[in-house]
Amino acid sequence: MSDRMLLATFEHEEDLLDAVEVVRKKGCKIIDAYTPYAVHGLDRALGLRPSRLTWVCFVCGMTGALGMLWFEYWVGALAWAVDVGGKPWNSLPSNVPVAFETAVLFAGFGSVFALLGVSRLFPGKQVLPVLERVTDDRFVLLLDETDAQFDVSTIKAMLSPFNLVALEERVVSGGELQ
Amino acid sequence: MAETEQQQPEPAATEASELLRPTLITGGKTPADVTRDICAPMEGRPTALWWGALSISLTALLAGVVAVTYQIAMGIGTWGLNRTVGWAFDITNFVFWVGIGHAGTLISAVLFLFRQKWRTSVNRSAEAMTLFAVVCAGLFPVIHMGRPWLAFWMAPYPNTRGSLWINFKSPLLWDVFAISTYLLISAVFWYIGLIPDLATIRDRSKPGWRKSLAGIFSLGWVGSARTWHRYETVYMLLAGLATPLVFSVHTIVSMDFATAIIPGWHTTIFPPYFVAGAIFSGLAMVLTLMIIARKVMQLENYITVLHIETMCKLMLSMGCIVGLAYGTEFFIAAFSGNPYEQFVFLNRAAGPFSWAYWTMVSCNVMIPQLLWFRPLRRNIAFVFLISIVVNIGMWFERFVIIVTSLHRDFLPSSWADYTPTIIEITTLIGSFGLFFSCFLLFCRFLPTIAMAEVKGVLKNPRRAAKQDSSKGDAA
Repeated sequence: MSDRMLLATFEHEEDLLDAVEVVRKKGCKIIDAYTPYAVHGLDRALGLRPSRLTWVCFVCGMTGALGMLWFEYWVGALAWAVDVGGKPWNSLPSNVPVAFETAVLFAGFGSVFALLGVSRLFPGKQVLPVLERVTDDRFVLLLDETDAQFDVSTIKAMLSPFNLVALEERVVSGGELQ
Repeated sequence: MAETEQQQPEPAATEASELLRPTLITGGKTPADVTRDICAPMEGRPTALWWGALSISLTALLAGVVAVTYQIAMGIGTWGLNRTVGWAFDITNFVFWVGIGHAGTLISAVLFLFRQKWRTSVNRSAEAMTLFAVVCAGLFPVIHMGRPWLAFWMAPYPNTRGSLWINFKSPLLWDVFAISTYLLISAVFWYIGLIPDLATIRDRSKPGWRKSLAGIFSLGWVGSARTWHRYETVYMLLAGLATPLVFSVHTIVSMDFATAIIPGWHTTIFPPYFVAGAIFSGLAMVLTLMIIARKVMQLENYITVLHIETMCKLMLSMGCIVGLAYGTEFFIAAFSGNPYEQFVFLNRAAGPFSWAYWTMVSCNVMIPQLLWFRPLRRNIAFVFLISIVVNIGMWFERFVIIVTSLHRDFLPSSWADYTPTIIEITTLIGSFGLFFSCFLLFCRFLPTIAMAEVKGVLKNPRRAAKQDSSKGDAA
């Protein structure tokens, strides 16, 4: 599969935000935007839904907490019950600290690995040289050109009020630009 | 005094907005400037100062390695401990380093949740400091075991001894879980924050080892808005997790003492008291390191007087909480009517270790009160001095809590003195060597300031341009 894409480069986050708004109003398909830092409000401008990673965090955290509570109970009261200072074998309060730490550990690692998985970030992943300045100070908007009504000159006219730095057409095979 | 920097007063309109929202990064930096300035120390050749500092740190580390090897070979009888004082230098150092490690997470997580944007200039190095401090802290209990090769016995694994499982009801075991979780979560938090900056390094480096390594560890980051969106979510989650974690860690450290029945340890005030003390000492160490780093690495526009002043205010408030805790301890001892409790506290203030007690009180409570004065908070040389004083005071706090509570116990015939041996002192010096070696290497090879975060809090360039033109001196 090969896709034609249009890369519009801007110098300021405000330009990118304004451009995104105009382009979306026109009904063009935005594939993605690339920014050097997390631009406040860009997610809303692009219409991104709230991330569901919070659920991953919750589920992992609960797994850690409940799993560890059960394990501590099994170790302390079932597998080899040891009397410690006369406390009950299944003393819940003394099981809380370790269960809490495990919950945090699982929730933290779970969300991070889910983030890396969902965003397809992995060691050795190749990046396109065209996006090099994004990690420095450039803001790039990536538009889908496959729509039959797509006209580069109209888009150019539409984006030029926003201090457009560069406009470039690209043919990308394999779906993803990166 | 020469270093007291004052932001030049701007015209009236700007001044009002300055009061509402002071400029965090001075010098009118653009995102490209940020990249260049922060990457500059990594790309140039290391200075003679850096080599000098690294050689001193490595020498200290080497001395520590020799001392630790010796004490493991000979046994911990090489320490000055005796039957009465069974915990002293080693556990003091452990609690000291764990405490230092608390400021990083405070700055990166707690201040993130409170939307304190000034944190962006210091969070990276504070997190790095946390990691190294926790590593130093973790070494001490392992050394303390005497047979460190059996450290894995603390893990809950099925074993050939029964299986006789570990004791989940022991605060010492909670500590193992708390410290290792804290180390892992801090490391992940730090690394996640580093990914966008590693991508910046990858993209601006010439082909070579730096580019390849940055390429591997930046995981193919390109700054996609979708990824940023998820990234921000996960960052918030990690901050939300790390905040209770940081409080739990020192709470659990305090329970190592509070669950014992030793007078002076057996108090319910310990968890908040320890947490405040930890944050206090951590902020002092952050200030010590930041004041050196901003000067040596020319980051004065990024770590401004405003940052230092804000940290001083935080440190002062923590110091007051610590002071309150010292007072409360004495009050409760008097109020309890328990003669042992009363004796321990009188012995602290007037016994053989009263010099340590009064060092602690003057360094942690009295001298930091000077920070109420604004000109002193903005005097960098003075703040540096105070931060060192607090570091010393907080080390003594742990020493006082541990040694003075133990050395005169219930039975006067078993009262004993304690003097650290050269081995113990060298081990402490070695831990400083490890800490500073790691920190210097970090400053050399990784961005000390979170570039992607600082770029986000720069003054809005368009608004700034408008203001400039209204003043008639458009750039």
